[in-house]
Amino acid sequence: MKKMDIDEIRANFPMLNEDKRMQGKPLIFLDNASTTFKPYQVFEAVKDYYFNKTSNSHRGDYDLCFEMDKYVYGVREKVAKFIHAKMPEEIVFTAGASMSINIIAYGLLKYVEEGDEIIIDEAEHASNVLPWFKIAEIKKAKIVYIPLTEEGRITANNLRKVITNKTKIVSVAHVTNVLGFKSEVKEMARICHEFNAYFVLDGAQSVPHMKTDVQDIDCDFLAFSAHKMYGPTGLGVIYGKKALLDKMEPLLSGGGMNAKFLACGDVRYLSAPERLEAGTLNLEGIFGLGAAIDFINDYGIDNIEKRESELRAYAIEKLKKVKNIIIYNEHAEGAIITINIKDVFAQDLSTYLNSKGIATRSGQHCAKILIDHLHSLATVRISLAFYNTFEEIDALCEALDGSEGFLDAYFS
Amino acid sequence: MPIFLDEHMMRSIIMDHFSNPRHRHVPNDLSSYIQIHKDSENCIDDITLYVEIKDGVVTDALFDGVACTITASSTDIMCDLVIGKTIEEAKKILESYFNMIFEKPFDSDILDEANAFKNTHKQAARIKCATIGWNALKEAISVDGK
Repeated sequence: MKKMDIDEIRANFPMLNEDKRMQGKPLIFLDNASTTFKPYQVFEAVKDYYFNKTSNSHRGDYDLCFEMDKYVYGVREKVAKFIHAKMPEEIVFTAGASMSINIIAYGLLKYVEEGDEIIIDEAEHASNVLPWFKIAEIKKAKIVYIPLTEEGRITANNLRKVITNKTKIVSVAHVTNVLGFKSEVKEMARICHEFNAYFVLDGAQSVPHMKTDVQDIDCDFLAFSAHKMYGPTGLGVIYGKKALLDKMEPLLSGGGMNAKFLACGDVRYLSAPERLEAGTLNLEGIFGLGAAIDFINDYGIDNIEKRESELRAYAIEKLKKVKNIIIYNEHAEGAIITINIKDVFAQDLSTYLNSKGIATRSGQHCAKILIDHLHSLATVRISLAFYNTFEEIDALCEALDGSEGFLDAYFS
Repeated sequence: MPIFLDEHMMRSIIMDHFSNPRHRHVPNDLSSYIQIHKDSENCIDDITLYVEIKDGVVTDALFDGVACTITASSTDIMCDLVIGKTIEEAKKILESYFNMIFEKPFDSDILDEANAFKNTHKQAARIKCATIGWNALKEAISVDGK
């Protein structure tokens, strides 16, 4: 395993090169929950696909294609191992985390009847809300929300308050995207199974930042995306228990997912994962994801989590000293800090930080329902990756200290 | 008279219209108003503009919704400017404003306090904010068909 040498880590990322400037200032990227930068290894892997290995998967009768199938299976193995799945066949490649949740939702449609309940919560990203709204609408089912704790957490205790025998699906974020709280997923899985409900996890903000063990959690499904874990855009993953995946109704139909297709309309679908992977796979993306996982493993996900929580603790201490700051999630476990400066509209604050070369994200972060809970229309999200530095946090705090002049950027 | 605004004046104008907007509310009687809703896929702004046009004259302009400082103040100032103007005059103001935003020659006299937004191009991410209300007005005028 490689040492956590920050200069060496940063040297892997072309976007962290000193020549990268924003508004003429050195770029400080604190929007890693939205996407992360990619290391050279990922580009090399993508290039390797195009330069040396281009072919399609499970299509041909020649060596290149055979090698491609082996390679894709190899990345499935890598992903399975990374999240501690039982087998590579439990890994389905999709177009992204949103697509993953849509495929899961549609795949479970047949288990939902009129009057049944689907449980989510108010802290979810739109991609873990809207697919369920759709299913509820089609099946005349009911959407039920797990009440958040005062602090904004999703707890097993509160799940127990709302789950009933009518509950068919419970879908929550492992780590929420605005507040960064870690949900009590293991206990929640146990409760779901007690009520014969499927437990779906949105891992978009957790898988890149902490060890994920799907067997230990005992979730039925997990969705996440490659581009938030140093991999390429356009690729997502579904983990699902094999027996469940094999019975899922595919959202997408087409090439590569049907075993027999006769002119009379008699179709038999393949078993998972191919069953849920109609059309040509994002092969360059799969090459890239393989390299991204190798990259993470080089440093170790536990070490990455440790560094990010050190950065976060440092940031919290420094931020607390900033004038007029409101911190919404001081005690969150995820690499996310959500703030406001009193009397400065969030979007204006983010624009001001942009003028200092600092990338943050203002807005409702797609968790529109959460606004009622936060009592704030909008917030500024600072999200860290292990390549961020203590000096970058210093620069952020220094900038925030001058934020009463937030309109300066507009005039200078 | 040519308008000259220094940085300090621009800041006060923007903050004044953000903190004490003159036209930020829903009309009591909606029936005589053209309503244009505008939001943005990449930011939080989400406003509705209400425009009343009688006999070719903008008799009232109001707005409501979620808006950052730049959106709220630029829309409020726009309402100030176009109330009482004919459609033709309002179109001239609109044209001049967009010319200013996109760094083309413009008539600063008719823009009055809207001159405070002349540096918007320096923060390209804010162009959307500084024009969202103005685009709504453009649409309202064309809806009126005059």
